[in-house]
Amino acid sequence: MTITLPKDPRWFQIAALSTLLTGGTLWLGLEFRWSNSLVIVATALGVQWIGNRALRQPFDPRSALITSLSLTLLLRAASPPWAIAAAALAIGSKFVVRARGKHIFNPANFSIVLLMLCTDEVWVSSGQWGSALLGATVMAALGLLVLSRARYAETALSFLAVFTLLAFARALWLGDPLALALHQLSNGALLVFTFFMISDPKTAPDRALGRCFYGALVAAVAFSLEVVWFVTAAPVWALAFLAPCVPVIDALWQGPRYRWARPATTSLTATKGGNYA
Amino acid sequence: MPNRIVVASAVLTFLVGSAAQAFCGFYVARADTGLFNQASQVVLVRDGNRTVLTMANDYRGEAKDFAVVIPVPTILEREQINVAKPALIEHLDAYTAPRLVEYHDADPCRSEMEYMLERGAANDAVPSPTAMRARRQAAELGVTIDAEYTIGEYDILILSADDSAGLTAWLTGNGYRLPDGAQSVIGSYLKQGLKFFVAKVNLTQQAELGFQYLRPLQVAFESPRFGLPIRLGTVNADGKQDLYVYALTRTGRVETTNYRTVRVPSNMTVPEFVGDEFGEFYQAMFAKSLERERGRAVFLEYAWDMAWCDPCAADPLSNQQLRELGVFWLGGQRSRGGAADVFVTRLHLRYDGETFPADLKFQETGDRSNFQGRYIIQRAWQGDTSCSGGQSYLAALQERRTDEAKRLASLTGWPLAKVLERVPGSDSERPQEPWWRRLWGG
Repeated sequence: MTITLPKDPRWFQIAALSTLLTGGTLWLGLEFRWSNSLVIVATALGVQWIGNRALRQPFDPRSALITSLSLTLLLRAASPPWAIAAAALAIGSKFVVRARGKHIFNPANFSIVLLMLCTDEVWVSSGQWGSALLGATVMAALGLLVLSRARYAETALSFLAVFTLLAFARALWLGDPLALALHQLSNGALLVFTFFMISDPKTAPDRALGRCFYGALVAAVAFSLEVVWFVTAAPVWALAFLAPCVPVIDALWQGPRYRWARPATTSLTATKGGNYA
Repeated sequence: MPNRIVVASAVLTFLVGSAAQAFCGFYVARADTGLFNQASQVVLVRDGNRTVLTMANDYRGEAKDFAVVIPVPTILEREQINVAKPALIEHLDAYTAPRLVEYHDADPCRSEMEYMLERGAANDAVPSPTAMRARRQAAELGVTIDAEYTIGEYDILILSADDSAGLTAWLTGNGYRLPDGAQSVIGSYLKQGLKFFVAKVNLTQQAELGFQYLRPLQVAFESPRFGLPIRLGTVNADGKQDLYVYALTRTGRVETTNYRTVRVPSNMTVPEFVGDEFGEFYQAMFAKSLERERGRAVFLEYAWDMAWCDPCAADPLSNQQLRELGVFWLGGQRSRGGAADVFVTRLHLRYDGETFPADLKFQETGDRSNFQGRYIIQRAWQGDTSCSGGQSYLAALQERRTDEAKRLASLTGWPLAKVLERVPGSDSERPQEPWWRRLWGG
């Protein structure tokens, strides 16, 4: 018996993120506000539709769904209007903030950081996932599945490797037990970030070498923000600060542009200048 | 935006004003920190990078044996340290404690309209060596005494050091008993650039001031660090300790960023006998909730706008009291006619080195929604139930009591059979009635 898997890795990403959302709600009792989640999905799909229509492209909800799920998992908003703003900014940024034919910021990352800069009404609850190693393993496994389909694991893996190295090196230097480094690394929010945000192939550098360098750079900056400046949700900030470096990295190490694999049965064709999905 | 929410909650207070107690139940009892042994209490006032920390513990030994060693981010000047009145923390504890409320069932033989109409109408001093000698000895060990103060009944030193061995040797040599393993933690803090605030009781001062107990110490500083160093407290591994953190902030609820913050189970109806043993109930429920989180969560017990409460376990703190606790953004007395600009979060954790290996890190969120640990007793109607309404009321009451008993057993881990024994008219006392007996009102 053979099982035919869809070619587009986004389906796996949607499945993995939905599993996390369900698992988080059922087992960890995470407080996702359903009103916020619903308005996020509705707004993201709406803005995606408008953007696709304005550019005369076929409507593709997959990336908008992934962004919605990422926002639901990471962003906390005091009231629905902020959730709407987050979704609109996220999807809007894909169509507006672009360089060399691709969008610069990971959409969810862009809107989270922009809103956190502007208001106290949104925040990232880094601690809510706890540090259950089992949960962390499941999350990592789900993420790896998605990444292996996307064949773009380098950014996430180099980020994780450098962050891990720094955490252990710091623990050794301070004379702290390694349990402290493990505690820092098994933070659920860090793993959600690693496997579902920095791993976004559309905003990663084009060449494998560039992606490794970029992942390591984000890790170094995130780690410094966390331990030197005591910034909460440091990886999210680091990614947003460093995203504008990607066009520079691409200029240094040129490579083929990433396209989501498309199922053979569809009649869609790639749009000029990169797609906006 | 924050203004809008502040206004909204002020309006709500005004609207519910007179009916407040009835709305959320009549206050019966509270589960304050006195229930837990070895409990420390910390008030964290935070806005921007400014922090005011008030620390109290339930130390009951000899004053001469008392000492604290606390890592602080900066050298503190004399005016950055203060001694607070214990009553402030006691009041804050009472105001934020989990609470038991009660309601009374209505007379089942009267119509609801009659009832509504009626309700509407009713309405150690640093030991012997002289300061010079102490400084010389400190210098030899690579320890710098950055500052030295006597404040209230405390002798306080701010220390920095080249390495942990020197500091540990100095502390031990000066009568501070450090548990094994403290040196590596001290070393870690020193490398992170922290200073040490050490305090002992000055017995002469204490006798002059006439205080029988040790008053809470307060420190004010500016640092991006928003957290609490708990690791030194876990080194001696003298079992688990309870810690209460009361955060007073401007924007909203405070949560931990490196541990899960979980709401304590709340708003549940429990059997009437809990009224007599609310303390035991709360302790058992807390232990059970902790077990569900494998001991690794911080519990939210209260999150509320300081301007009001419903029901009130104690009155909200006055502006004057909040100011004494270090709420620096409030003006002088009665500047705003209420403390609407303060949001209080009460966190409760039980920790040791295994379940809480790292220091606590916090963040302030934009969440201003109110939460309280609140448990409800629904008192049964004690009067005449001979009417037909009375009979169905009794049947429903029996079911309700059984449900309450099951809920209590699951919340506390108490055996259901034991709980049922204490619930009047529950299933344990009478044989189970077939489910269909009252199906058609028979």
